[in-house]
Amino acid sequence: MSEQPSKKKFLYINRKAPYGTIYALESLEVVLIGAAFEQEVSLAFLDDGVFQLMEGQDTTGVGMKNFSKTYRALGDYEVRKFYVEKESLAERGLSVENLMPVTYEDEDDDYAEKPSIILVDRAEMAKVIAANDVILSF
Amino acid sequence: MRFGIVVNEGPYTHQASDSAYQFAKAVLARGHEIFRVFFYHDGVNNGTRYTVPPQDDRNLQKLWSELAETHKLDLVVCIAAAQRRGILDANEAKRQGKDGDNIAPGFRISGLGQLIEAGIQSDRLVTFGD
Repeated sequence: MSEQPSKKKFLYINRKAPYGTIYALESLEVVLIGAAFEQEVSLAFLDDGVFQLMEGQDTTGVGMKNFSKTYRALGDYEVRKFYVEKESLAERGLSVENLMPVTYEDEDDDYAEKPSIILVDRAEMAKVIAANDVILSF
Repeated sequence: MRFGIVVNEGPYTHQASDSAYQFAKAVLARGHEIFRVFFYHDGVNNGTRYTVPPQDDRNLQKLWSELAETHKLDLVVCIAAAQRRGILDANEAKRQGKDGDNIAPGFRISGLGQLIEAGIQSDRLVTFGD
């Protein structure tokens, strides 16, 4: 079993709000480093993790670095699939309109800007998780 | 089977390091291989030799160091997470102008690429954390 394929599917699961703990920031650091390894990378946002994608984050009052812009840059690192769980949004009184627009340029379609955020329900999220090889949950 | 292990919490506050240690021992006892143990987030705090837990309690840092020595394990502490939390080896202490280092025997400081590599090279990557 130890002959590993050169390309695996990595899924980063983000479950925590962005500034209350360091998990979201350090998850992003792994995603950015991991992007250099030419693996297939997707992100999932569920539970309080959906807050990481909120539009209009402002950290001036808490004196922390606002890293929310980094999510929008991930398209340039071939990270183009942001699976967001519908139930997690609804349970927090949120909808996709409350999230920042995250897009990527599709080089196979004349570099058209396409949305990275994919809304999935809880059952679909289970399938997304099952379809990946390496799961890192933060 | 070849395992990668990720430890995301510090010792004592969380059970994560204890569970990961017990899991690592069980994996080795069954004749499996451990490609690497990667310490991230507060997990880097498992790698300081300056912890002094009460004598009637387990010493997780020593347990990890001994396991690494016995089984030639690769214990890697994430450099970015370590710098935030004051875990330094001699090289980093010199580079950052600090007056001492605290990395424990058997641990080494390296980059996040080591975590990605563990994901690629292992049959199973098992995470212990919050």
